[in-house]
Amino acid sequence: MKRLTVPGLLALLFAVLLWSCATGALNIYWQSVIMFMGINIILSSSLNIINGNMGEFSCGHAGFMAVGAYVSSLLSVALFVKSSAFGEPLLGPAYAVWLFPLVLLAGGLAASVVGLIVAIPSFKTRGDYLAIITIAASYIVKSTIENIGAIGGARGFMGMGGVMNAMTDTVHLPWIMIWVFVGTVFSVWLIRRFIYSTFGRGVDAICQDEIAAEIMSVNTNRVKLVAFMVSCGLAGLAGGLFAHILGYVNPGSFTILKSTEVMVMVYLGGMGSLSGSIIAAVVMTLLMEALRPLQIIKWVVIPLLLVLLMQFRPEGIMGRRELADVFPRLRKFYTFKG
Amino acid sequence: MALLEVTDMTQYFGGLCAVSEFSVSLEQGQLVALIGPNGAGKTTVFNLVSGFYKPTRGEILFKGASIKGKKPHEVTSRGIARTFQNIRLWFDMTVLDNIRIAQHHALGYGLLDCFLRTPRYMRREREIEDHAMQVLGTLGLAEVAHELPKNLPYGVQRLVEIARALSINPALLMLDEPAAGLNSADVEGLIASIRAIHKEFNLAIWMIEHQMDVVMSLCSWIKVIDFGATIAEGTPEAIQNNPEVIKAYLGDDTI
Amino acid sequence: MLQSLLQNVLNALQWGSFYSLIALGYCLVYGVLLLINFAHGDIFMVGAYIAFFLCSFFLGKYGLIGGMPGWLVLALAVPLTMVLTAVVGVTLERVAYRPLRRKGVNRLYVVITALMCGLILENGNLALLGASRKSFPTLLPTRVYDFFGVTVTNMKLMVIGVAILSFLFLHFVVTRTKIGMAMRAISYDRFAVPLMGIPADTVIVFTFVLGSGFAGLAGLFFAMTYPVLDPYMGALIGWKAFIAAVVGGIGSIAGAFAGGFLLGFVEIMVVAFFPSTFRDLIAFTILLLILSIRPTGLFGVAQRTKI
Repeated sequence: MKRLTVPGLLALLFAVLLWSCATGALNIYWQSVIMFMGINIILSSSLNIINGNMGEFSCGHAGFMAVGAYVSSLLSVALFVKSSAFGEPLLGPAYAVWLFPLVLLAGGLAASVVGLIVAIPSFKTRGDYLAIITIAASYIVKSTIENIGAIGGARGFMGMGGVMNAMTDTVHLPWIMIWVFVGTVFSVWLIRRFIYSTFGRGVDAICQDEIAAEIMSVNTNRVKLVAFMVSCGLAGLAGGLFAHILGYVNPGSFTILKSTEVMVMVYLGGMGSLSGSIIAAVVMTLLMEALRPLQIIKWVVIPLLLVLLMQFRPEGIMGRRELADVFPRLRKFYTFKG
Repeated sequence: MALLEVTDMTQYFGGLCAVSEFSVSLEQGQLVALIGPNGAGKTTVFNLVSGFYKPTRGEILFKGASIKGKKPHEVTSRGIARTFQNIRLWFDMTVLDNIRIAQHHALGYGLLDCFLRTPRYMRREREIEDHAMQVLGTLGLAEVAHELPKNLPYGVQRLVEIARALSINPALLMLDEPAAGLNSADVEGLIASIRAIHKEFNLAIWMIEHQMDVVMSLCSWIKVIDFGATIAEGTPEAIQNNPEVIKAYLGDDTI
Repeated sequence: MLQSLLQNVLNALQWGSFYSLIALGYCLVYGVLLLINFAHGDIFMVGAYIAFFLCSFFLGKYGLIGGMPGWLVLALAVPLTMVLTAVVGVTLERVAYRPLRRKGVNRLYVVITALMCGLILENGNLALLGASRKSFPTLLPTRVYDFFGVTVTNMKLMVIGVAILSFLFLHFVVTRTKIGMAMRAISYDRFAVPLMGIPADTVIVFTFVLGSGFAGLAGLFFAMTYPVLDPYMGALIGWKAFIAAVVGGIGSIAGAFAGGFLLGFVEIMVVAFFPSTFRDLIAFTILLLILSIRPTGLFGVAQRTKI
């Protein structure tokens, strides 16, 4: 049996997606569902570093997503299109296609820096206190955005649709789908490399016995900081992609409810399991779409789901294991490149 | 120059004096014991030297430089490794991972190398793994490298903890009650292992121990403390007959 | 100048009273179970709604009984609201937290469950009662007094008085009664307490009764002071009261109480000098700063880890 490589599989999936978008085999609705799946994968796998591998309780992921969403949106509108907030673009629409990934990265970096600021007070504390700090931080971010009238405040900010159009005009491809796919693969790839390195194993060591880790030469503050910054940076990346899918962003999308959605995915998938987070993200996205007609009751069902999960299967779908641990025979069919 | 020079180290916890003017001087390659009744402050001494607490007074010099007040991971990276009274392995990670993580002070690569899997990263990770397997081999633990410590017998867990401390290539190895909870067969094995490590790596070993046969057969110098203060020190023969030591452990006749 | 300062102080005391009453509930449950009951803010909201329905009923708004005079309604509403809210709190404990405690799972799972229960309460309310806000009926005519240029209403005095009395009562219970001692014992060693013949479950239920009851009381008086109710009213106040309790020192009742008033002061002073949209932002920031400098809170006791 010929061994397929994961990169090969991903390339195949990518080609299938592009073809379906181009030919209209996937309508706009399903395209957006798939894109939100990608966003959710990034969000849940990045939060899993903190809530799963490190065993902490961060409740403010939506705040970091908001930072990334706003920074990348403001940058892309200011650079590439004409807007009421910024006037003429600094660079012009032709540059959008080439520089868009940089804009996304900038959003991620900004979110990373905010993560750094939030992480520092949390060093002296543990456990439940990180929950408080992240909730407060998330609220501060949202409140700050609402108070800045120049970028729309509570009403929101728009113009990213124009950026996406500029990109499609230059080269006719479904750019947002492409970048969501690339962003998702990038995030999972990054997290995997981090978690399996000796440096990244330090995160698990801190979770299981922080004092032993410190005494066994792990610079716990540095490892916690790096883990937090990676997690928040990727949330920011997800935020940037999210904003450009919608073409519009407003602070009301980044409340504790959003953070809760992400937490449900992490705990549903299994704390510390990367494949678990991915599976749970896919399942949750589909579930949320299925429950959409129920509107408010959806928001009773989802927390209830998590409560039941905690009661009867707190380790989630995968526990702490990965797909390869559960189905070892799958290893025959695929290899990772590295 | 002494390897470890502790001078008048004192530690107060609130109003309680846990360690009082403790001084010791350890040379390279020496095998020394710290003994005393329960609650005497022995583990506190270890915690002070390894950086978990900062002493209220006194000085700690290691290889001539002060390590007083340094964070534990810094102290460790300078060459002091320790084990704990209650085994503190990471039980949900393989034995090999347990040893690898102790190399955090000498990773030799940065975050970017990690993400990009540069040649430097690949080389260092291989070296870390080889080094870990080598240390495990020295203690006869190579077969359990991929086991989870929670599935291993207690005696083997103790050895893994010692292997983990050894992997740091310390100049000073501090063992906190290494024979605790071991049956007599395991104790024999432990004594042999410690002797082997001492000979092969020529490191200084400082141990806290209650089991006198371990202490007597291994150590050349013994320090006795009680209620935080040193009450006696000397060769094993001198300590065995010292009346203060006997009084501390067994009490005296006055009621 | 002095008058305006005194006015602000008085407003701060009143505003802080609500935070304190809610903070007390967090503190009690955390002290006994080491659990942040994230649903507590929403129990406050449930208390306000219970008070709304009770008062409307007694005032004859549902046509089932003839209307009663306002003061009588209040006298009935206080104990009934507290009791009914306590029932909600205890139900939550029984149904959601106790089974997890029995299984001895990681404390994290209980915290998550608490957070989710809070969301269920909020959104359940929204789903059941709809999005329209409820208007709390007036029970007592407002009487305004003038002390040297400072406006004092009877409501303000009542709220502050209730808060202080509650603190004294709870302090008495925790320090002078047997069950209070049992509560403190459980916070030190949960497993030893049943071995000593004290029914841990009873003590825990009692803690929830106290905490939820006083949250209900806070809900009633909050609704009387700011008579518009909506299902999300508990969420933000709950978070802030919790952070206030932590800043004050979540292990001690006095700390939680002080924290609540501190937060009240901070918010009123902020609104005096900045636009009101900045209020929450600055309050959270100040609380975070205090936590960075003194993680155990202003009156908390540092815990030593032993290895």
